[in-house]
Order: sequence, then C-alpha cells, then structure tokens
Amino acid sequence: MTESKAPAVVRLERVGKTFPQGQVTALQDIDLELAPGEFVSLIGPSGCGKSTLLRVIGDLVEPSAGTISVNGKSAGRARKDGDYGVVFQDAVLFDWRTVAKNIALPLEMLGWERDRRRARVQEMLDLVELTGFGDHHPWQLSGGMQQRVAIARALAFQPALLLMDEPFGALDEMTRERLNLELLSIWEQTGNTVVFVTHSISEAVFLSTRVVVMSPRPGRIVDVIPIDLPTPRTVETRDSPRFFELVTRVRELLRSRGEHLLPEEEAALE
Amino acid sequence: MSHAAAVSLPARRRLRGPLLGGVKRAAAVVVVLLALVGCWELYHWIWTSTGWTWPFVVNDTSMPHIWTIFKAFGQPAQVNQPALITVLLHKTLFTAKEAVAGFAVGSVIGFGLGVLLVHSRLLQRGLLPYIVGSQTVPILAIAPMVVVWVNPKLPGPLQGWGAVAVIATYLTFFPVAINTLRGLQSADPRALELMRTYAASRWTVLWKLRVPASLPYVFSALRLAATASVVGAIIGELPTGLQDGLGGAIFNFNQYYSIEPQELWATNIIAALLGICFFVIVVLAEKAIVRRAPEHVA
Amino acid sequence: MRRVLRKLGEWLPAFVVFVIVVGTWEGLTRALHVQQFLLPKPSTIVSVFWTQRHSLWPAGWYTFKEALGGFAIGSGLGIVAATIVSRFRTVGNALMPIFIAANAVPIIAFAPIFGAWFNPITAQSKMAIAAVLCFLPVTVNTLRGLQSAKPRQIELMRSYASSEFQIWRRVRVPTALPFVFTALKVASVLAMIGAIVGEFFGGSLDALGVLIFSKAGVFQFDAAWAGILVASILGLALYSAVVATERVVLRWSPDARNS
Repeated sequence: MTESKAPAVVRLERVGKTFPQGQVTALQDIDLELAPGEFVSLIGPSGCGKSTLLRVIGDLVEPSAGTISVNGKSAGRARKDGDYGVVFQDAVLFDWRTVAKNIALPLEMLGWERDRRRARVQEMLDLVELTGFGDHHPWQLSGGMQQRVAIARALAFQPALLLMDEPFGALDEMTRERLNLELLSIWEQTGNTVVFVTHSISEAVFLSTRVVVMSPRPGRIVDVIPIDLPTPRTVETRDSPRFFELVTRVRELLRSRGEHLLPEEEAALE
Repeated sequence: MSHAAAVSLPARRRLRGPLLGGVKRAAAVVVVLLALVGCWELYHWIWTSTGWTWPFVVNDTSMPHIWTIFKAFGQPAQVNQPALITVLLHKTLFTAKEAVAGFAVGSVIGFGLGVLLVHSRLLQRGLLPYIVGSQTVPILAIAPMVVVWVNPKLPGPLQGWGAVAVIATYLTFFPVAINTLRGLQSADPRALELMRTYAASRWTVLWKLRVPASLPYVFSALRLAATASVVGAIIGELPTGLQDGLGGAIFNFNQYYSIEPQELWATNIIAALLGICFFVIVVLAEKAIVRRAPEHVA
Repeated sequence: MRRVLRKLGEWLPAFVVFVIVVGTWEGLTRALHVQQFLLPKPSTIVSVFWTQRHSLWPAGWYTFKEALGGFAIGSGLGIVAATIVSRFRTVGNALMPIFIAANAVPIIAFAPIFGAWFNPITAQSKMAIAAVLCFLPVTVNTLRGLQSAKPRQIELMRSYASSEFQIWRRVRVPTALPFVFTALKVASVLAMIGAIVGEFFGGSLDALGVLIFSKAGVFQFDAAWAGILVASILGLALYSAVVATERVVLRWSPDARNS
C-alpha cells in the first residue's frame, strides 16, 4: 500500500446490480464520472440504490453488470491498494480500543512503526478537533464525537477516495450542521475525492460540488446537478437565495422523476 | 465543540464508588453465610425435636453441628498425624495442581478449537456434535483406563497426578470451545465490512477484531471452566486411588462417615472453597484484562 | 423432498467424521495390537453392546429415571427459586453472588453425603445429586433472564396500566425463556452424569453406573465401554429432547435455531 494519494478519478460505465433474492434491481445503467477532488452527493428516496452504489464503488458489493475503475484500476485492486476510506452511519468503533488506537487501526495494518502512527494519530485528532480525547473509550463519547473519530480513522492513511454512507444520519440537526462545516474544512485541507450518501437535500446541496439525484425501482440516476455555490461554504450559505433555488431544483427533480415515489418516500426526503 | 459530552469523573470519586460497593457486597455475603448457618442449626433442632424422617433422618451423624465440624479442623484425623486442616491443605495443593494444569491445557485446546471452527462451517457441522456429545460420556467411568494408558507416557514427576490433569482437561475444554466459537462469531458484521475495506487478511481479522470481541464470552467460559477443572481433578482422583488429593480424602472419609461424619464435611467445605477460589481468580483476572462498555460484559 | 435432502446434507460432515474416527480406531487397534484390556475395538464394543443388551438397557433405564427425576426436581425448584428471588429486587441482588459462588462449588464432592442421607442403594440418593447439580445453573440463568427485560418494554406496559403480574407474564417470562433453555440444556447433560458419578459411591445393582464400574473393576473394558455408550446415548436423548422443546417454544427467537 502506498501512502498519501492523489485524489481519485472514478469512472462507472453502465453499472448494474441485481440481487438474486427477490429479484431486486438495485442499480441499472449507472454512468458516472468523478473528477479528482470532487465532492459528490448521492441522494434519493429509500431503495434508490444509493448505498448499493457506494458499496459497489468500494468493492464491498460486486456489480452484476458494467465496469468501474478507480484511478484506472479495478475496484477490487483499489481496495487492496488501500485507496478507500469508509465512514458508515454507525461509527463502528472498537469498544476495546481507546480513541487513539481506533484511529490507528488502519495504520497498524499498513505496518507503520509506532512513532509514525502516534504522530499521525495526533494530527488526525487535531484535524477533527478531538485533541486530548485520545485516551478515552468510545462509549465515553457522544454520538457526534464518535463520528468524528470514525472520520479521523477513515482519513488517517490519506486515501484517494472517501466513501461516506449517511454518516450524520443518526445525529440531531444542530450537531449535523456543525459536522457539515467541519467536514468541509477537513476536505479543504486534504483534498480527497468524496462520495457522500445522504437523505437530506439541504445537506447534499450544502456540501457538494455536484449532486447526483437517484430514483428507485429500478435504481438509476435521474440527473446530476452542478452546485455553483461559492466556496468556502459558511453558515450564511444556507441563507442565500441561490441555495434555496438549488434545493428546490433537487426537490422538484425528486418529485417529478419520482412518478414512482410513494407518499411516505416523499415525506422522508427533507 | 462540546467537550462536556465526554464522561469523566474526578479521580477520587472514581475509586470510592467501587470500593464502597465491594465492602457492602462482602458484608452481605457474611450476613447470608451466618443466616445459612442459622438455618442449618434450626433445621437440625426442629427435625431432631419432632423426629420427622422426611426427606432424610436427621441426627448428629447426618447433620453434624457446625461447631463440631469446625472443631474437626483443628484435630488430627488419625493418630500421629498433624491437624486435619494441615493435612487438608496439602491435599488441596495437590488437587489444585491438577486442576490448574487441566484448566490451562483445556482452555488452550478449547480456544484453539474455537478458532479452528469459526473459520470453517464444514468443520463446525462435522465436529460440533462430537464436541457436545463428548460431555455426555461419564468421564469417571473412563478414568481408570485413562490413567493406565496415560501414566506410562508421562515423564516421571508428572505421573499420577498428570493423568488426573488429563481428566480435568477433558471437562474444561468443552465450555471454552463452545463459548470461544460463539464469541468469535459475535463480531459486528459492520466491523467485518470495515476490515474488508482495509483488505485485511483472515489472520488479521481474527486477531484485531474477532478475538477482542470474543473476550467477554471467553471469560464467561473460563468461569465455568474454573469450576469444571476442580470437579475434574476431584473426580479423577477417585478411581485412580490417589491418596494425595482431596478426592482421595473424600473417598477415605466416606468410609468412616458413620463414625466421624464431621471429617467428610470438613473436607467438602475445603473442596467447595477451592472451587470458589478458582472462580474468584478468574473473575478478578477478567476485571483486570477486559476494559469494556459496562453493558457489554456477557 | 428438498428439505429432507438438505437436512441430510447438514449432517453429512458429522457422519463422515464418525466414519473416519471409528475406522481409524478399529484400524489402529488391530494394526498396533493394542491390548484389548486398554482400548477395545469398536467392533468388539458393538458386539458386546448387542449381546448384553438385556442387561444394559434396563440398567440404563433405571439410571435414566434417576437422572430424569433429578432433572425435573432440580430444574423445577430452580425456576421457582429464581422467580421468587426476582420478585424481591434487593434480596435478588444480594443472593445472586451467593448463587454464582455456589455454582462454583464442586457439587460432586457431596455425593457421598447424599449417599449417607438417603441410603446409597436407593435411587433417591442419585436423584438428589442430579437435582442439586441441575438446581444451581437453572436458578442462576433463570434469575439472570428474569432480570434482563428491557426497561423500555416495561415502560410501555406501565403506560397501559398493567399490573405487576401482567408485566411478569407478558414481558419478563418471554425474555427469560432463552436463558432458561440454555440452562436446561446444560442441566440435562449434568443430570445423567451426576447420576452415574453418584453411583460410584455405591448404588443399586440395577443401575447403569454400578454396572459400568463393576465391569471396569474386573477389567471387562469392552462391556464397560458398551455401558458408557448407553449412558452417552441416554444423555444425548435427554439433551435432544430439551433442544426439540426449545425449538417449539422459542420459534420466534433467532438464537434457538443455532444449536
């Protein structure tokens, strides 16, 4: 595994995924290209395949059709080369390790020596603003702090591609908004390519350079909307008229192309 | 940034809580023991006064007074021998030696079996029925054969008690194997997925994820194994006729029961304490080694 | 038909292992001329098992009744004790460590005393041993099960203004059942073992344990092994009965299907 990566180029061509049980077509004909350093959000109602798509990119699920390449390599090769960092909705921290040792986990597996690991862990703790919490255990931290540890862990070995599956979904709105700002500032510093799955339209618009709108049955891309909001995004960005326009645009797309949307699915989108 | 969300008590308070709790617990135990002694004597008194014979006849032989039993500790069991308590302590050490050996070897075997089985469903289906079935075989019946077979194969100083250790091993490996397997299987599937994103090898996943996740289960098994090894050691001594241990003492005192019942009772009390002692040691070891979210201890 | 085949397929690896082990056993004992007195050939054991079946099975049944009686009494008392204790929270918390410590005591050491109480020849003495062996794990586990009801569920019941008894019936008991069955599985095996080990200290001539020990005493190990085989089968039978009951009672639980 090599170290700090140039941000990834991800290319998906006609990717499809059908799950044999129940014959569910989770993904159909997905064509997508991500430029290096982009922040792309996947949004859509439940069952539109956004999490599946994320897992296909991360080589955690094999596609039934189509090809994926990450920096010119196959998804499997990229995974083995350590090009990915993943953050799930649950922090999935190891109870028996301290915060510092949790962050050090991927570094241990890369075979870094102890001093190097310790230095990097300290960097990461500073990056996610948890300096001084290295010796705590996960259960002593709040949900938001645990997610920050998960992010620190995902970024520790500076992957080319960061995959995030509704990482802030379980948190309250205020914490979520604060973590959005933090994530953006981290992203500015590290410059990875990010694929971010979310249920929240405002979160998607706020964070991304592009928003990929998906719809279910079968899971497919409805449209990709470039977000031309000025950077760096701040608290004020959410109040700007352009923000409101983009959010409305996304919502309309979800509603219109979702002739297939059930009322409860629509209600689930914010 | 809300640092207030993290939980941390000042150091002084952190110590006092558990210490006070421990004292309260010890006091409760003492109270209960005294209550038991009281019940014993009460039962004895009621049954002897009324002459009831159900469920069994009560007299000084079947239920010796607690005080008689305690006195027996201080006196020699046979002429020209040291006090009973000294004799029993030597025998306890002998039996403890067998139990510790059985516990150690049995735990290692059990753990190894667990690790082996978690990686292969095929092996699980093939071997589990026999692992479970092994415990339905009354080991006491095989003990003489085990002794005759194993003894010659052991180096000199290990003979005799080594065979009993083998029997203790037999009783120990089972709970450890079963619980290790369950513990290793209990790893969070999302954590397994995480390890997959790191392209971790099976060996790495084992040691960095499965084994730490399994520790509560393993320790729960070790608590059972502690008792099982003592039981195995005592039972193993019976058919082998070993005089040096508690099993031998129980067997001997059983012969004299009608004359001197208190000696058998005294021996049993010591045996009980040995079992409890092993158990407590494992519990303390667990407290020292496992640092876990409080609700996760199995 | 498919399900039957799948079931057979599940048991296939175990069957293969059985064949391999028995085959190796037979082969090695023949090839190495292992003294018959130490480790009889499986074929010899089976033949003795067959020829002496008229004495083996009745003896097995006699001991099995002791085990069954002990199992029933011990488990029953254990469940009752746990229920009573769980009702009184403070007493329960104080007694729990006592029960756990008592579980750590080698009960089998008390076998001779039970013999002295109940006249070693009778079945009651062995039943008593089996009962005590079963009582403790069942009590400890049942108590733990009764105490492990989720607080949210209790809150829900209270919001319906349920009585304590209803809460007990609808929440605590179902939550406790998996724990109870775990304990019963352990107890079922212990009961049979306890009965046989108890017979070491003397027992009726009709009992299996006595038969095994006496055959072993005169070095008729093939007959002893045959007896052990019977004991093992009966122990497994009781265990399987408990597992089968568990499958029926705990249909809703994902864990029950894993044994």
